[in-house]
Amino acid sequence: MAQFKMHLLVCGGTGCRASQSEIIVENLKSEIKNLGLENDAQVVITGCFGFCEKGPIVKIVPDNTFYTQVKPEDCAEIVREHILKGRKVKRLLYEDPETQKHIEDSKHMNFYQKQIRIALRNCGFIDPENIDEYIARDGYAALGNIITGMSPQEAIDIMKKSGLRGRGGGGFPTGIKWEIASKSKADQKYVVCNADEGDPGAFMDRSILEGDPHSVIEAMAICGYCIGATKGIVYIRAEYPLAIKRLKIAARQSRAYGLLGQDILGSGFSFDIELRYGAGAFVCGEETALIKSMEGLRGEPTVKPPFPAEKGYLGKPTNVNNVETFANVPAIFLKGADWFSSIGTAKSKGTKVFALAGKINNVGLIEVPMGITLREVIFEIGGGIKDGKKFKAVQTGGPSGGCLTEKHLDTPIDFDNLIAAGSMMGSGGMIVMDEDDCMVSVAKFYLEFTVEESCGKCAPCRIGNKRLHEILEKICSGKGVEADIDYLKNLSRVIKDTALCGLGQTSPNPVLSTIEHFHDEYLAHVKERICPAGSCKALKLYTILPDKCTGCTACVRACPVDAITGEKRQAHVIDVNKCIRCGACYEKCKFTAIHVQ
Amino acid sequence: MNKIKSLDDLRKMKQNLEHEMNIREKSNEPESLVQIRVAMATCGIASGARTVMNTLVEKIEKDKIPAVVTQGGCMGYCYAEPTIEVKVPGKDPVVFGNVDSQRAIDILVKYVVNGELLEGIIPTNYQTINEKK
Amino acid sequence: MEKIKITIDNTEVEVSKGATIYHAAKQIGIDIPVLCYLNLEHLNIENRPGGCRICVVEVEGRRNLAPSCSTECTPGMVVHTHNLRVMNARKTVLELILSDHPKECLVCSSSGQCDLQKLSQMMGIREIHAVENAEMSTYRKDFSPALRRDMDKCIMCRRCETICNDVQTVGALSAVNRGFMSVVAPAFEQDLVDSPCTFCGQCVAVCPTGALTPFDDTAKVIRALSDPSKTVIVQTAPAVRAALGEEFGLEPGTLVTGKMVAALRSLGFDKVFDTDFAADLTIMEEGTELLDRIGRYLNGEKDVKLPILTSCCPAWVNFFEEYYPDMLDIPSTARSPQQMFGAIAKNYYADLLKVKREDLVVVSVMPCLAKKYECQREEFSTNGNRDVDFSISTRELASLIKSCNINFDSLTEEEFDQPLGESTGAAVIFGATGGVIEAAVRTAYELFTGKKLEKIDFKELRGLDGIRMATVDFNGTPIHIGIAHQLGNARKLLDGIRSGMYNFHAIEIMACPGGCIGGAGQPLHHGHSDIIKARFDAIYREDSQKKIRKSHENPFIIKLYEEFLGHPLSEKSHHLLHTHYFDKHKK
Repeated sequence: MAQFKMHLLVCGGTGCRASQSEIIVENLKSEIKNLGLENDAQVVITGCFGFCEKGPIVKIVPDNTFYTQVKPEDCAEIVREHILKGRKVKRLLYEDPETQKHIEDSKHMNFYQKQIRIALRNCGFIDPENIDEYIARDGYAALGNIITGMSPQEAIDIMKKSGLRGRGGGGFPTGIKWEIASKSKADQKYVVCNADEGDPGAFMDRSILEGDPHSVIEAMAICGYCIGATKGIVYIRAEYPLAIKRLKIAARQSRAYGLLGQDILGSGFSFDIELRYGAGAFVCGEETALIKSMEGLRGEPTVKPPFPAEKGYLGKPTNVNNVETFANVPAIFLKGADWFSSIGTAKSKGTKVFALAGKINNVGLIEVPMGITLREVIFEIGGGIKDGKKFKAVQTGGPSGGCLTEKHLDTPIDFDNLIAAGSMMGSGGMIVMDEDDCMVSVAKFYLEFTVEESCGKCAPCRIGNKRLHEILEKICSGKGVEADIDYLKNLSRVIKDTALCGLGQTSPNPVLSTIEHFHDEYLAHVKERICPAGSCKALKLYTILPDKCTGCTACVRACPVDAITGEKRQAHVIDVNKCIRCGACYEKCKFTAIHVQ
Repeated sequence: MNKIKSLDDLRKMKQNLEHEMNIREKSNEPESLVQIRVAMATCGIASGARTVMNTLVEKIEKDKIPAVVTQGGCMGYCYAEPTIEVKVPGKDPVVFGNVDSQRAIDILVKYVVNGELLEGIIPTNYQTINEKK
Repeated sequence: MEKIKITIDNTEVEVSKGATIYHAAKQIGIDIPVLCYLNLEHLNIENRPGGCRICVVEVEGRRNLAPSCSTECTPGMVVHTHNLRVMNARKTVLELILSDHPKECLVCSSSGQCDLQKLSQMMGIREIHAVENAEMSTYRKDFSPALRRDMDKCIMCRRCETICNDVQTVGALSAVNRGFMSVVAPAFEQDLVDSPCTFCGQCVAVCPTGALTPFDDTAKVIRALSDPSKTVIVQTAPAVRAALGEEFGLEPGTLVTGKMVAALRSLGFDKVFDTDFAADLTIMEEGTELLDRIGRYLNGEKDVKLPILTSCCPAWVNFFEEYYPDMLDIPSTARSPQQMFGAIAKNYYADLLKVKREDLVVVSVMPCLAKKYECQREEFSTNGNRDVDFSISTRELASLIKSCNINFDSLTEEEFDQPLGESTGAAVIFGATGGVIEAAVRTAYELFTGKKLEKIDFKELRGLDGIRMATVDFNGTPIHIGIAHQLGNARKLLDGIRSGMYNFHAIEIMACPGGCIGGAGQPLHHGHSDIIKARFDAIYREDSQKKIRKSHENPFIIKLYEEFLGHPLSEKSHHLLHTHYFDKHKK
């Protein structure tokens, strides 16, 4: 049998596939065949590498060469130069934005240096459609060990000891959740994997399912053994076709190997999974709403208690964990609770996957140990702010989170610190903002999302968020008054205090945190009618500087609403009431005579 | 596919499968492994570097030597091709010239595994073309 | 039952495990305001979505406020129901609800009856702190023959949804859309007439605002009354007299038959008749049909369908036409009392008066909204002229009386007109669940056995349990009887019959909780199910006071058969008093 000397790992995640990674695979394969290198190099389609900013990614091992933004037409060169002659294709190597140097291998990229990959351990490493590669990396060994050699309680104790907390947002200790479900008595129990990832910009769950579906299946089976369930259900967004496909393939392979089904590994334990598709309602990420949706009912949360662990799907005890939480589980059992709890902070153990986005150089998916600072994440892993602009804020926790500022940059990231700072972990969205971002608009943006995604069951969320959004809109359009800020605060607090589920209880966070940290910016909007970031269109004031204007009439011709008047070769004037603040005159003026305030 | 009937079967299966993943596993922590780089420029290939590389890879796999083989470009020692660079963790890299299959195995067994000194080391303080800027 | 102690507003209270904070507070006289929560204890109906968040209270140690309607007490819990945080939250949430509610209370048909209005008054809301020009959620209005939907006024309490789906199992209404635009509506937001709606109107009966209201024909009644060319007669259903008084401040359960007759007469109706008369007629037809079927069944005739199902309730008729089209041959073919009255009035009484049927206007006062739909069914018209022209509800009669300056309280009691005003106790109990079948048994027993009934009260058939079963001894022949009220219970019985689990001879079904006394046209109970219990008792009280208590002994019924119909199930009866049913899906 051929002993490959090199593996060419090509990202087959949704992002890189969108930029033709499938054709890249084909081209690499055919060029390898052309050159007769079939016995030397193997092309493997893997899950996401996380460095989505520069996809498609082709990584060559064992030398860890990391080619970015590869195009189908680059493949021949990669094979001829790198595979055949051992010469790296320099122009495709990642270039450090600071030093402008090409980085030879991924081990030396800032992006990867501070990462610890547990949940993502197999993403970008194995072929997710090949169970053998998963098994080769000790896949299903944890399940095997547990069901043949441990009592459910022993396994639950390990989970408790590991300190793993739910990665979906709430941060509830997973071991305790399992224990409650295991103690509920019923003829049937369910393990549910919440793959209804909905935070804008967050895609870690999708990446895990696309890159390492078996780890989730294995973890669900382990959970099933622990709580006494034989049925598992993955509730997954129908908008994740690739994740669904890989999950289905994985389940089929596991079943064929007898790793799902009756009497797994001769242990007497039986477990299988099925898939349910969600239509992408954000609120269905809330576990009680998710269960309602699975039952075929309107996806609405219900009052807790009773908790799903006591009364869940079809009224039976149900344990719901999200994808990332499950992905940690096999690793914990393989390497031990002590190993896991040695990573992280006192109350938040292990790692967390974040989706870096916004005005940051290295947009992508990262997994970092709990306790890392925002500064390390943004400026080291993330490569700093785009275009050399100034950092202003970072929004964590998606629409439920808040904005953190400069003063939080050195706060170690964990569940409790983020809450103390007025934000939250959420599912791990991290959106970085620079000086050009208006914080009132940012709050408005998030409210727009929650207004859209509210299920409408409880009044504070249904109507309250709408009103918050309307007031923010009013402020952004220059019609706000100071009292609006007080009303925003009171309304936000009441919504947090009274809303039925997690969505409503957290939806005002972006408002409250921006008011707290950027109060002056709000005041500027309502008192001086100025948007300091210059982003609120309605608050821009265009005037013509008479001493600079030559009366060339270029602006007059550019103005779509005839707001500019003036004689030829005389200084022109903008009618503020007519001006729609489109900026066309500003673009056209050759004499910098248009002043924007 | 046949069903895996027991934990032992699963373990055996893992052992059979893991060598295919070795090359990737090794890339994960190259610093802790012996890194062997084979110069694979035209001169190297012409003088048999590909055979040397195959030999190295097979031997390492067979004896489970904690080493990883990568290929590099021309090192500039065309007179001594094929050349390989060996970097044992904690030591300076050394370059062996005129390596054939037999010498490759000697290098692995004597230098890499047993730590014996071998003849044929090309004096150091060199730079590879790749490192020249 | 395990007891636990909690503290509410500095008062300790001991409650059973499982009790909610709301109920614990109630125990010590603290009335926490609620809006979406609805509990009809006597009928085992509860709506508890926890959606309005008006009933929030502070629980020490809890991060956010707790909805008292759905938060169970835990030992040692310390609760504050009216501190600043709670009051502010409650008021703010109520203002939010009001900010998305039309401010047209002055002209709203639920004005004075509206729970939201009442709450707003109680909480002293004087202005609504929201954005100027705050957007309102608006929806297409939907008018059906029985009820109107104006969902701009919907506050998403979901009571109607619970009633329609969980209690009635009709499934016409459910929440649609999301977020700000979420609303309760038929699937695809189609019109109610095109949905499986049975027009039982129970959604209207529980709606806390003016979102769901009855379709009101009072104006047409007033116009007819003032038209000198028309003879306007009125019939009043048995359940009306047991509830009308409530609208005038009388105790629930007060019988106001005499005052009601006086009021109707002073409104200008030419004759004030009683649907009870038609109820007695129904018993003659339906009871005979029952005996006929049982007799043939006992003789071994194979094609005889049993059980026979009552058919007085129009919502129930709509329900089985929608959901049990395979069983259309089981219900009795007898028309409902309202329609029997209409048929006799237009075909017999009009001749007595020597007026054309077009000039005789028949108005019915009903506890029911489905009757509004029923009287519009095509099969109950001749040449486009309805047998019953207009049906108004108990509530609508009350407001008509009020708007005509009639001081109800000071009226002197009067008697119904004859011949269509005479009735028996058997007819009166049509108003309560189990009453129709009891009335039928009283007559059928005597006709079947030829013996006089010693014990007229069949207590085993009475009660408010949703499903009841009893066996009556017909002189050695056991007759198995089933009774259900609320359509969900009816469905259980029907499914049991379909699957062969049940073997009944006769079944009575009423769509509304408690029977007609709990009809959607009755004064609103506002969640107090003891009101329905009081009406229930009143109905049987009226029965026990009647001199004649068996339908076949009603002298005017006997006369009607002698002079006009011949005998029960005669050809004329078939033509005028019986009907047939349609598979709704074949329309």
